[in-house]
Amino acid sequence: MEKITGRVWIFGDNIDTDVITPGPYVDAPMEEMVKHVLEAVQPEFAVRFRPGDIIVAGGNFGCGSSRETAPEALKRMGVGAIIARSFARIFFRNAVALGIPSITVAGAPSGFAQDDVAEVDVELARITNLTTGETIAGIPLYGDILNLIRKGGIVPLMREMVDRQKS
Amino acid sequence: MGYTMAEKILGRASGREGVRAGAYVTARPDYVMSFEAVAGVYLRMSEAGVDSVWDNERIVVILDHYSPAPSIRAAELQKIARDFVTRFNIKHYYGEKAGICHQVMPELGFVAPGRLIVATDSHTTTYGALGCAGTGIGYAEMAYCFLTGELWFRIPETIQLRITGKPGRYVMGKDIILSIAGHLSAEGAQYRSLEFHGPALRDLSLASRMTMSNMAVELGAKFGFFLPDEAVFSFLQDRVRGSYQPIYPDADAGYEAVHEFDATLISPQVALPPNVDDVVPVSEVGDVKIDQAFVGSCTNGRLEDLRAVAAILSGRKVDRMVRFIVTPASYEIYKEAIREGILETIIDAGGCITHPGCGACFGAHMGVLAPGEVCVSSSNRNFVGRMGSPEARIYLANPYVVAASAVAGRIVHPDEL
Repeated sequence: MEKITGRVWIFGDNIDTDVITPGPYVDAPMEEMVKHVLEAVQPEFAVRFRPGDIIVAGGNFGCGSSRETAPEALKRMGVGAIIARSFARIFFRNAVALGIPSITVAGAPSGFAQDDVAEVDVELARITNLTTGETIAGIPLYGDILNLIRKGGIVPLMREMVDRQKS
Repeated sequence: MGYTMAEKILGRASGREGVRAGAYVTARPDYVMSFEAVAGVYLRMSEAGVDSVWDNERIVVILDHYSPAPSIRAAELQKIARDFVTRFNIKHYYGEKAGICHQVMPELGFVAPGRLIVATDSHTTTYGALGCAGTGIGYAEMAYCFLTGELWFRIPETIQLRITGKPGRYVMGKDIILSIAGHLSAEGAQYRSLEFHGPALRDLSLASRMTMSNMAVELGAKFGFFLPDEAVFSFLQDRVRGSYQPIYPDADAGYEAVHEFDATLISPQVALPPNVDDVVPVSEVGDVKIDQAFVGSCTNGRLEDLRAVAAILSGRKVDRMVRFIVTPASYEIYKEAIREGILETIIDAGGCITHPGCGACFGAHMGVLAPGEVCVSSSNRNFVGRMGSPEARIYLANPYVVAASAVAGRIVHPDEL
């Protein structure tokens, strides 16, 4: 898998799924939803976000409901990777199920500042802050999860299985 | 070293007995469940061209989140859910005729000790009260599960919570779990399995245990196990589908941590908005006027909760400026509450009974809050915007406290009435 390079967005602890995709827009089409992602804590996010940008957060990222709209909206925006000190369990599962590289890094978000540029080696779970030159080791992903991310998530994986069955 | 419940059940379900915390396995759930969210699952299946399910007798579909439909969008979701059920000939379909999924799953005998069940909802941890590994997953993962009947799991580390002492008057499972949340924090059990142990649990009702397992996820937990005992076995008598094998942790199982709580010292608790782990005894809440009170949800809508409400409301009236919404968690509970005269007591006091469903708890319908309003609720989350306006505030408490507050018009201990 190629390394991912992008600008860093910093978030604190306990960013819940209702903050990532605000309740009032949960029923709205994704095109509308993506304009409001994380607006309660970072109003600039949806405005200045560029595909490939990287989220670097504290603990319990994505806590709250099992709402898949949260990682789905981030994927739709083109998030390059999510780095967090810890992930809420269901968010993590949903994120990798959608093919989003999600890596746990002890101490995050320290070592990164807003608008730094980072390079993420997903295979090795190694993150280099290109702005400071520092490299930080994350927790390597389990093989099946890495494979899921390589394939782009569960939907492409299932399509492959279905095609194989038919052929 | 022995094994925890999580290690044993996931080991059994993956055919890899002897696996330890930290290992990854591919396991086969005994049942999988979804509700209106099955429309989202169906979408993922369609995106991938999936046109079959692995076993139409292991999928349960219950419509509870938006029933009866409050909007055209919700009605459409339910229509897609019914299309799914018809197209794949799903055997266990209960529509809107059973109640809240996490209450209905045990009532209808799908949940039993030793089983593994996944559902598209975070509160699937409820099943831990029966010694069953229940946990929530998303739509894409459920689509994969529908196709293959299996899913990856990481075997979680386990935290043992040892509860001693004896709960006092007006103290329920809700107060014990809120108190634990206050001590361990909202991420205190992140990706961990919880096991509740200790002498205080023998006398704790199955309903109160379900409240505690239900809210295990509010601490970040993957499972919230109780050790199945006679209370579970007698509940399952004449209900359970097929046979089951109770699983218990070994005496020398490896726990990441053991915390002890003395139930004797726990008074009725309140979680302050907007955090489940910002918990104080009701006596320290201060003067908080309320606009709405709510008893219901998969957390606290069971018969013991409705009995608590009726005990408080008997011979009293709900404050004239307060609306008190009461939602029985299932049809079975609804009928029993009618037989016991509970609903009549609540109606006489000015309460509002709704159809069994999830409505008010997550701000969908049947009790949405306006900006600036305050609600005291027996449900599970007090996040910003959870029950309607982001400018409303939600306090979580047990049904005794909620009912007493509905009468007083402000948050009070039942002794204050």
